[in-house]
Amino acid sequence: MLWIKNGIVVDPKNKINLEKMDIFVKNGKIVPESEIKKGDCKVIDASGKLVVAGGVDMHAHIAGGKINTGRTMRPEEMRVVRNIAGKFRASVGRVLLTAPAIGYEYAKMGYTTSFEAATPPVSSLHTHEELDSIPMIDKAALPVFGNWHLVFKCIEEKNIEKLKALVAWAIERSKGFGVKVVNPGGVEAWMYGGNVKNLDDQVPGFGVTPREIITWLIRANEELGLPHSVHLHCNNLGVPGNYQTTIESIKLAKGFKNEKRQVLHVTHVQFNAYSGSSWRDFGSGAAEIAKLVNSMDNVTIDMGQPIFGHATAMTGDAPFQFTLHKLLGARWSNKDTEVETGAGIVPIGYLPNNPVHAVQWAIGLELGLLTESDKVALTTDYPNGGPFTEYPYIMAMLMSKKMREGELKKVHQYVQKATNLPSIDVEKTLYEVIHMTRSLPARILGLENKGHLGIGADADIAIYNLNPLETDFSNGFEKVYKAFKVAEFTIKGGEVIVRNGELLKEVYGRTFWVDARKKVDLEVVMQDVKNYFQYYSLQLSNYGVEERWLKKPERLEVV
Amino acid sequence: MQDIVCTFCGSVCDDGEYDLKKKSVKKFCKLGSSKFAEKERIKAPMIDGKEVSYEEAIDKAVEILVNAKRPLLYGWASTANEAIRLGVILAEKLGGVYDQCASVCHAPGTLATIEEGVPGGTLGSVKNRADVVVFWGSNPMEAHPRHGMRYSISAKGLLVKDRKQRKVIVVDVRPTKTAKIADIFIQIKPGYDYAIFSALRAIISGNADAVPSEVGGVAKEKLIELADIMKNAKYGAILYGLGVTQSRGRDRNVENAIKLVQLLNRTTRWIIWPMRGHYNVVGAGEVPAWEVGYQYAIDFSRGYPRFSPAEFSAVEVLKRRDCDAALIVASDPVAHFPRIAVQHLKRIPVIQIDPYPNMTTLVAKIVIPSAVYGIEAEGTAYRMDCIPLRLKKIIETNYWTDEKILEEMLRRVEKFKG
Repeated sequence: MLWIKNGIVVDPKNKINLEKMDIFVKNGKIVPESEIKKGDCKVIDASGKLVVAGGVDMHAHIAGGKINTGRTMRPEEMRVVRNIAGKFRASVGRVLLTAPAIGYEYAKMGYTTSFEAATPPVSSLHTHEELDSIPMIDKAALPVFGNWHLVFKCIEEKNIEKLKALVAWAIERSKGFGVKVVNPGGVEAWMYGGNVKNLDDQVPGFGVTPREIITWLIRANEELGLPHSVHLHCNNLGVPGNYQTTIESIKLAKGFKNEKRQVLHVTHVQFNAYSGSSWRDFGSGAAEIAKLVNSMDNVTIDMGQPIFGHATAMTGDAPFQFTLHKLLGARWSNKDTEVETGAGIVPIGYLPNNPVHAVQWAIGLELGLLTESDKVALTTDYPNGGPFTEYPYIMAMLMSKKMREGELKKVHQYVQKATNLPSIDVEKTLYEVIHMTRSLPARILGLENKGHLGIGADADIAIYNLNPLETDFSNGFEKVYKAFKVAEFTIKGGEVIVRNGELLKEVYGRTFWVDARKKVDLEVVMQDVKNYFQYYSLQLSNYGVEERWLKKPERLEVV
Repeated sequence: MQDIVCTFCGSVCDDGEYDLKKKSVKKFCKLGSSKFAEKERIKAPMIDGKEVSYEEAIDKAVEILVNAKRPLLYGWASTANEAIRLGVILAEKLGGVYDQCASVCHAPGTLATIEEGVPGGTLGSVKNRADVVVFWGSNPMEAHPRHGMRYSISAKGLLVKDRKQRKVIVVDVRPTKTAKIADIFIQIKPGYDYAIFSALRAIISGNADAVPSEVGGVAKEKLIELADIMKNAKYGAILYGLGVTQSRGRDRNVENAIKLVQLLNRTTRWIIWPMRGHYNVVGAGEVPAWEVGYQYAIDFSRGYPRFSPAEFSAVEVLKRRDCDAALIVASDPVAHFPRIAVQHLKRIPVIQIDPYPNMTTLVAKIVIPSAVYGIEAEGTAYRMDCIPLRLKKIIETNYWTDEKILEEMLRRVEKFKG
């Protein structure tokens, strides 16, 4: 039992803003005062300190074939030693981290949940093995659907029942959490050396278009009532002028409605918010996208903020990765995966004095500032935009125009012309930023017990050495940044795992997966699956992941 | 039992049928079937040739390991990921060296990946799409007997429906069994892979003029013909073997081949992938990559992982006499390492964990027999193309699994180290 005393609480889900109050924890949950015996409690004095829910990262590449190929390809990333073996595991990594380092670094920062943003269903056992090796945090993985032949076939047939059954089956088999869509149709086109350029291009070999893939998957997702919405990485990622494709894709959500959450989440939008027709007249389309998202009540986005320094591009968007390889002359890994999907990995770096990189950096911030705080979550699309360990930098930047002015002086001045960032006066409040890093991502993912401190919530709590009542967020940004970098206390499931940025206890979190099988008749699709398995290189019976193989699975049943 | 997963070679066929009465398997090749047939086993744990209990053997092994200054933990290619993970953590806790079979096999491909990345794909991509397959310095008909039928030669795919629609090319220094069934066989002089990759790159990039009339024993016309086939392929695959990684040039050969594939992808689609040997040698590299950041040749003597193949691969460590104990899991270095390395293995206490007796058993102070994954034990393995497959337990056994043995070791080591 835990009694967190006198903290200054910000808990946007429960509309608590800067209230001095006590939090009580029992059996890993937040409970009312009446349920605990104060004498038996371990007491944490949080006087003058900020108490919030543990951070929720809704989109990061933390486990599976992509990040592991990145590690193999980039031993230079592993030269940064973060922890020497002893009571805790050795942990290393600059931006790409080892599995233990991922868990430790999230925990040190007060984050307690992270979602792997893309796993090919056929490789999900690998993804889960890595997730199981990440200590400290709760996690889950999103299987990819946007280039899978079986998905195309259901859509070609215009058979929603089949598509729903396939989605429910595949999420169960991969022990996944929701429906990720990466460059719909484009990765299949890459198998022929191509890509798709707009929503109405036909996918080679199939009578479907990206527009249909997105729309049908939203429909299937909504009829199944999955906790999370379709999670879309748009077409034309990384291409100047792509903001228009993003706008068209966002509009596909019109006509769908869900009481609890968005029906479409568009991810790492920074990479899809470019205006212009080439890298010469490249600029920001962030304002237009933010305006559209603000005008709709069923779409959310996350930033995909670049951080200056090293990064590694890794996505299921294989044709984009090849383009990046050609553009940068950098190393390139590619993985065409059965008849399901593909992937690519390319090292990159963001340089402040490079006009393109400076504009990308500004676009991420524009999205964060111009989009309503209830619709934009904070991410770097780790490790594509850079490390998740710099989330505090983004938080501080969103809250301080003065900090942005200082940073703007250090970057290529092309941003003055190509983006609106210099003229944006918005300063997000602490309440908003806590929402963007806790309660909002939890709501977007459909995690009811995460991202807040209400009764019944998981006791994942971060306490920062920052008195928000006495802090000037506009001018005191350095202090704010430092305070969020290192949690004074990180509490996971009711246990103190970090104290003053030092690891205290190693714990292993749960892996959430969604079971929607009761919502469908699997038989409507199984014959098609069986027939199509002749094109796989393994047996259907050996496809998928059993719950008992996982360390701490937690099934969320959709009924 | 149906759809048994084979734990012999890197093809990891998963369609075997096991007959419990006959204790034999159907559908697998000779190599796979022999693995599933009854074989001589190590009967019981032994210390200095004397039979002991598992507990006694493990206690003694742990005593040796914790008292060693720098133990070498080597092998891992023929066990499951669960055991490999514990092995990596054990090496970390002991301040030892972790190395695996790739360091004497396909590791040059890892070094090439560090230089250039690896543009690859799964075997299902080859099966469905590849209209041109080049086996370069690899001989699947003998080393991976069902590879051709399941994935790469006569496999029936979505776009390439049968053998007739697929052009199979073998590049090798001798006419192998695979060369005999190929459409084109190009015999090259040993050690000239690099030069030939360079010649192909020159021709494809429009610099055929720079190529002499003969390269590595192959006439220029023949190289131009090969380059044309490659350029005109819709989806090609280079599947390379030890002929590329263990001949003159090693990682540079693979690197050059990758550059050729990068070039080809500017006009069509090509992938390149190694024909990995042991059934889970991929896991032996992938698991340490996520646990500690590197695939092989990892030293923990400073409390954090350091990667340096020229220093920390097993052969180099042994040659330098830079380890004072060795834990060998699912491998036979005594049979495969250079004599000078084996000599040091004879000098130091060796602990072996393996289901079967082999040459290494003869030098081992402690021998701990284990269950066979895929037959007596369940676990995860990665096929040569990284596709994960779950190995099945078909029959009961009294042997402990590698995982259980290593778990017990780790528990005791943690107690010692505090």
